[in-house]
Amino acid sequence: MNVAPEKLTAKDFATDQEVRWCPGCGDYAILKALQRTMPEIGATTENTVFVSGIGCAARFPYYMDTYGFHTIHGRAPAFATGIKLANPDLDVWVVGGDGDMLSIGGNHLMHVLRRNVDLQVMIFNNEIYGLTKGQYSPTSRIGTRSPSTPQGSVEAPVSAALFALGAGARFVARSVDTDQKHLPEMFKRAHGHRGASLLEIFQNCIVYNDGVFDGFKAPAVATDRQVRVVHGEPMIFGKEKNRGLRLASSGFEIEAVTIGENGVTADDVLVHDETNRIMANLLASMDPDTMPVALGVLYCDPAPTYEAGVVDQVEQARAAEPEADLNKLLRSGYTWTV
Amino acid sequence: MASSAAVAESRAPRESRDSVVVRFAGDSGDGMQLTGGQFTQATALAGNDLATFPDFPAEIRAPAGTTFGVSSFQINFGARRIKTSGDAIDVLVAMNPAALKVELPHVRTGGVIIVDVGSFSDRNIKRAGFTESPLTDKTLDGYRVIEIDMSALTMEAVKESGLGKKEALRSKNLWTLGLIYWMYGRDRQPTIDWLNGKFAKRPEIAAANIAALNAGHAFGETAELAGEMPSYSVPQAEIAPGEYRTVSGGEALSWGLVVGAQKAGLRLMLGSYPITPASPLLHILSRLKQYGVVTFQAEDEIAAVCSAIGASFAGDLGVTSSSGPGIALKGEAIGLAISTELPLVIVNSQRAGPSTGLPTKTEQSDLYQAVYGRNADAPLVVLASRSPSDCFETAVEAVRLATRYMTPVMLLTDGYIANAAEPWLIPDVDAIAPFEVAFRSDPEGFHPFLRDDKTLARNWAVPGTAGLEHRIGGIEKGYGSGHISYDAENHQKMTDTRKAKIDGIANDIPEQAVEEGEDKGEIAVVGWGSTYGPIDRAVSNLRAEGHAVSHIHLRHIWPLPRNLGSLLGNFKTVLVPEMNTGQLVAVLRSEYLVPAEKVSKVSGQPFKISEIEDAIRARLGA
Repeated sequence: MNVAPEKLTAKDFATDQEVRWCPGCGDYAILKALQRTMPEIGATTENTVFVSGIGCAARFPYYMDTYGFHTIHGRAPAFATGIKLANPDLDVWVVGGDGDMLSIGGNHLMHVLRRNVDLQVMIFNNEIYGLTKGQYSPTSRIGTRSPSTPQGSVEAPVSAALFALGAGARFVARSVDTDQKHLPEMFKRAHGHRGASLLEIFQNCIVYNDGVFDGFKAPAVATDRQVRVVHGEPMIFGKEKNRGLRLASSGFEIEAVTIGENGVTADDVLVHDETNRIMANLLASMDPDTMPVALGVLYCDPAPTYEAGVVDQVEQARAAEPEADLNKLLRSGYTWTV
Repeated sequence: MASSAAVAESRAPRESRDSVVVRFAGDSGDGMQLTGGQFTQATALAGNDLATFPDFPAEIRAPAGTTFGVSSFQINFGARRIKTSGDAIDVLVAMNPAALKVELPHVRTGGVIIVDVGSFSDRNIKRAGFTESPLTDKTLDGYRVIEIDMSALTMEAVKESGLGKKEALRSKNLWTLGLIYWMYGRDRQPTIDWLNGKFAKRPEIAAANIAALNAGHAFGETAELAGEMPSYSVPQAEIAPGEYRTVSGGEALSWGLVVGAQKAGLRLMLGSYPITPASPLLHILSRLKQYGVVTFQAEDEIAAVCSAIGASFAGDLGVTSSSGPGIALKGEAIGLAISTELPLVIVNSQRAGPSTGLPTKTEQSDLYQAVYGRNADAPLVVLASRSPSDCFETAVEAVRLATRYMTPVMLLTDGYIANAAEPWLIPDVDAIAPFEVAFRSDPEGFHPFLRDDKTLARNWAVPGTAGLEHRIGGIEKGYGSGHISYDAENHQKMTDTRKAKIDGIANDIPEQAVEEGEDKGEIAVVGWGSTYGPIDRAVSNLRAEGHAVSHIHLRHIWPLPRNLGSLLGNFKTVLVPEMNTGQLVAVLRSEYLVPAEKVSKVSGQPFKISEIEDAIRARLGA
């Protein structure tokens, strides 16, 4: 990656284009946080590419003064894969909403994650279709009333984090749009991870699904309803910092306990190990109705990247035949002269 | 030539033939494609011109002995220029009753039929749909039938190899090949070398196959002494001097794309998803990494084209390849490449449709899809290859137009072209003029949709270039800024510009030449793609009779050559044979208001010369 000749600022990453999200949309907060983070992670405008599909979130590239490709619905991961294969040195970010990434683009998301292409995928999850005016999405909860589900949705929603873990992602993190401290931290972690990073951002749609995450985002409940997981630290939460997660006696799930009650001590609280896939699955599986929502890096366990493997094979082939000559290729096998 | 052939030559005079059509037919597991491939090579080395037609079922291993499991390989070779795989079969090799059942209607009256009687059990005869053995009733009256128990003779020949019965019988195709080599005086050595190479790790298999090959050959010699076996000589064809090889459409296409990319100074990135009959391109290019080729087997057709477009955005030559159903899935993404004006080569190896259709059978029915098959006004360049070797030049041309005009180019081949092989005068790559791409690097006055005045192509700035950061996408762009624009007049202007850019390519491609005959006359037979061979031969035949018939064959389907309208106007009748229900004919009628007439065939099989000849004759003097 090129070294920036001078220190860039958030402004250097902002375009002159008028931002066209609805006033109060959570996307503004995400945009601001990322523009602020880019200089801090050493990103350069010329080596960065934002790739998006279709939807409100997918307008994101127009507002970042880097290279950007606003593509077609659901397919951003496939375009991004091609970009990385053409130039593995580029720093590629994929941006999409829950519909773009988990409905029409679910297939591509699965494969970009399991291939472990070195890029960052950000899902702005607002549990609704915004740009098409408010239909329920694949992450909408059962009972969601929308223009296409006037009596309420009857479908079970998909969990982005569980989907990603199931697909074989090596990095899965979660954050919320408005948290301008935690979100940049997650950008940095996702960016620093070599391989496909999946970052789910709970994002408020002020028009069609306002307050859908208030159950764990609202300031009054946040500390009790969220657990910020940090590698190597005990998973403690709550206003009094006396709530914690521990392995249930069944051994197959996590339960929330209160330190000092029923003989529970601080030592009983699980220490987060982000390299543990099983633990990541347990954290992602916690039912938000009865358990806190786990935010932070749920899983990070790097593996070789896809494009590195491809480049290796190309280099091997070149090394085996350093003087590759097309005239020779055309004359390989049986030839005869008339 | 091998000494063995020379010996045979000395024993009895061979019947001389100008050209011969041989068809090997058996179960899909019988190795007929391999047999045909080896015979093709031996025939090319013997100096004949040739054309082949591999014809196989969609099932990998269809149930043995069934008619739908018959796999065959036809070769037409001769002392003259060979342009088709042949109308009627002169020599049929039928490895079982089902093969005989399927192929018999295509054998010319009086033709030779060699059957393996060892496979004509009651069970196999019934399974093939015969009520009685065709060898004993009157089914084969009028043909020269040679009954050989090839199964038993093969077992006998490979006895010493120590192989089990099942494995030993696998050599049956080599026994057959040996016999046919003898019939036409072919050299066995290249096949022996090939077997030794292929089975280097299992020398006992190589030995068994070679023993079978030699035994088949020896059988011919011995039987010939008894006067049972016909033998032929086919003199060498008059062929332009130079270095030759046999080439399949898949090979010529792959190599043409690699050469094109090199001439453009770009790396080639193929995004593809396996589909019959387009997969050979993916297989061949995957082995050419030493030439800077990257291949990506995507999760689906959509991801395949999207990855190729992404690669083009980042400065590679993006290529995707598929067949009709896959091209349909790629449609939306191709629209994006048109809207963002990125180079892209899309190869469509057409197959019979609609939907899954007949995956392994050939058709030319995706012309509408190529020219018109996208939402909105979305013009792109369409080219068509006429033969396996012609794929090379069309591929280079596709890359040239895609990069010079920043546009997707669809290259149409078909199942026949992809799999068939023919001799090819190998071109000198260094003699092909380069068309190096110049990426934009100057930030002064840059915006992504700044255009070249002449070509109307936008400038290509790739990520990683400082000062040229920009965003592109599927939303309409402002003509003068490249920013998204919902302005009504701007959309009119951008739509007009995209169309003008593609239309203008007509000035950068050769004028349409007449393949054979004068540039005016009674009938112009206009073709495109793999109908080249049969049209050309049919027109030759009629011209030999003195008729004013000409053959015009299109490589550039869209835009059409600038002189085509006036050229067609010089003929009383315009006749368009196509393996569809009339697609090019409709395009010509709509573009030029000419009363072009169609000749249609959609049976999954190529045209016969006689079919086209009859169609022309019906209109002569009308």
